[in-house]
Amino acid sequence: MGGKKTLTVLSSALAASLLLTACSGSGSEDASSASGETEVKFMHLWPEGSSKKHYDVVNEIIAEYEAENEGVTIDLEVLSNEQYKDKLRVLSTSGDLPDVGMTWAAGFLEPYVGGNMFAPLDDVIEEELSDAFVPGTAEAYALDGATYGLPLELNIVSLYYNNAMFEEYGIAPPETYEELLEVVDAFNEEGIQPIALGNRDAWTGSLWYMYLADRLGGADTLNKAIDRSGSFEDPALVEAAAKVQELVDRDAFVNGFNGLADEEAKSMFMSEQAPMYLIATWDLPNYTTNESVPQEFRDSVDYMNFPTVDGEGDTNSFVGGPGVGLFVAEESEVKEEAKDFAAYFVKAWGEQAVEKAGVIPATKVDAASLDLPQMYIDILDELNNASNITLFADVQMSPDTAQVHLDSIQALFGNEMTPEEFAKAHEDALSKE
Amino acid sequence: MSLSIFQNMGLNAMNKVMSNKFHIALYIAPALLLVSVLVFIPLILSGYYGLMDWDGIGAKTFIGLENYITGIQDSKFWDSALHSFLLAVFSTLSLAIYLAVSIILASKIKGADLLRKIYLIPMLLSSVAIAQLWIKVYNPSSGILNTFLRSIGIENPPNWLADPTIVLFAIFIPILWQYAGFYILIYYAALKNIPESLIEAARIDGATPFQIATRIKLPLIKEVVSVTIVLAIVGSLKYFDLIYVMTAGGPNGASEVMASYMYKLAFNSYNFGYGSAIGFLLLIITMIVTVVVRKVTATKERIEY
Repeated sequence: MGGKKTLTVLSSALAASLLLTACSGSGSEDASSASGETEVKFMHLWPEGSSKKHYDVVNEIIAEYEAENEGVTIDLEVLSNEQYKDKLRVLSTSGDLPDVGMTWAAGFLEPYVGGNMFAPLDDVIEEELSDAFVPGTAEAYALDGATYGLPLELNIVSLYYNNAMFEEYGIAPPETYEELLEVVDAFNEEGIQPIALGNRDAWTGSLWYMYLADRLGGADTLNKAIDRSGSFEDPALVEAAAKVQELVDRDAFVNGFNGLADEEAKSMFMSEQAPMYLIATWDLPNYTTNESVPQEFRDSVDYMNFPTVDGEGDTNSFVGGPGVGLFVAEESEVKEEAKDFAAYFVKAWGEQAVEKAGVIPATKVDAASLDLPQMYIDILDELNNASNITLFADVQMSPDTAQVHLDSIQALFGNEMTPEEFAKAHEDALSKE
Repeated sequence: MSLSIFQNMGLNAMNKVMSNKFHIALYIAPALLLVSVLVFIPLILSGYYGLMDWDGIGAKTFIGLENYITGIQDSKFWDSALHSFLLAVFSTLSLAIYLAVSIILASKIKGADLLRKIYLIPMLLSSVAIAQLWIKVYNPSSGILNTFLRSIGIENPPNWLADPTIVLFAIFIPILWQYAGFYILIYYAALKNIPESLIEAARIDGATPFQIATRIKLPLIKEVVSVTIVLAIVGSLKYFDLIYVMTAGGPNGASEVMASYMYKLAFNSYNFGYGSAIGFLLLIITMIVTVVVRKVTATKERIEY
């Protein structure tokens, strides 16, 4: 009977189509080289929706590059931050990394470098970018003597404060830690929560700890503790943890900071509910050029370098570090072109990023030649005078230890751990590596 | 007349197809393929990855059962398991409330239809939206909850999501709220299925509304209740999304559940092997609990109206 045959054909067609859709992902990708065209795949994490200015600058640079290099097309894929991280990991396991993509420094790199996924870029730096980077930035992407990333951003952390609020209550901005405590008391008496902190993300609290450690122990103590030539049980580091709890006990931070995200703390600072906020330069546009923030607020914000503690510490020493950088995939079939594009991108980005996107690039910037808001000029000055930039602790550490660090920071701020237990938790985690 | 002939022909063709083993296999194949590719193979793979020391990117090293042994001795894992079980207990207890609400809704009160729809609203929101909503509600300084508490004279209202002693319960509330509509809908449908004649008969025999609810309705929907208990417990044990968005398991692990701990290990600590092992332990625990709960709540006789 005809009916039966039709059924068989239909159902096998259905089964076949299922199989086909399962495989269709892998075809049609190597079509580029036939026409003499080279295609460089580039993945970045500044989508048009949330980072319009970044997105535009990237597109301009790509257009310029394609115009200058005939026969090379850049195949772009844009994802948001968290999705980007997930996708990069998935692609890496299937050996499908984009030719050029973005990576973070130090700890983030480790598994990728360990798996031979990223190409060393020392030759590119030597040939095309020698002396282009601010000292210490490209080094953050180095592992076992080779550099695997070309940094695009540089951020340093400063204490931003709302001058209008300080003036309203007749309180002078603090210059030392001791004055900071007095300021905290003064604001608390006025019924104002002094410092915005969103410690659910924990790296925010880590900034406070790192600065206190830097001021008390000097630039190297924390770095040495992390690279195991020192120890977290160093008196200066234990003292720094104790100072954190002193601030907490004085009610320096906003209510329930351990349950707040950084975004929520930021909005408290920006809606003038809290007069102080410790954050990195990626927030500078909010205090200078961002038109959607009220002009009045932008005018009233000022910054200071983190104060000295017990009369000690160098206020020109900063916590900070490069943000994202470019990597080139080791397995790339167009590695030379990819390297060339990456170098071109870093240079062009360095020239345009501050002015057009408000990002401080990791390449040296000639502030005098640019038309910038005063706060940018000041911060770029600080950078030039910086005696040291300590890389964010959670970036320095391997992902495993970083998680212990972040959890311990929350516990320390929540008074669930003594400074000694805090030190021991780090020692235990680091000694396991 | 002619219609029934066609029906007979159709039935015959159907029987012929179904008697051919090849055809049966062919019909099952698409679904089986999908289920195995999407569920069973990843399941087996994650059990296998659990045997590896693997950061998720580089080379895998076979280390036998080490990850599983570490997991069994990991106090953080058992803390998170305890939190998951607490959630399961509360979800199950809250079923009683949902049941009571549905009995009232199903007893022809005014506006039952509207109320039923209102209860369903949280179901229509995505978890992330619910999480954002409740983050705002719980905001220690400007949240609606603390603003209210302060306005009635409580000076230092709790920092809901920051206080390790209460954060877990603060998160349970939106989770229970989220699923209320779902269970109420199931109970409502089951209750509506009870033939009116039974209730009528009871009423004529002089049963009070309370007696009707507990002696007639409840026994009749027992099977549905036991299914919802399984759903609530299993759903709680593998619960993840709201907790991940609202606290990410913090502060310092105070609201960590098994699934969020697994995620943290695999994706934040880059400990994919260990994370997979925890995921597999989670599966085993959930399976054991399901079997036990099914045993305990099993009804002997099937109810037919």
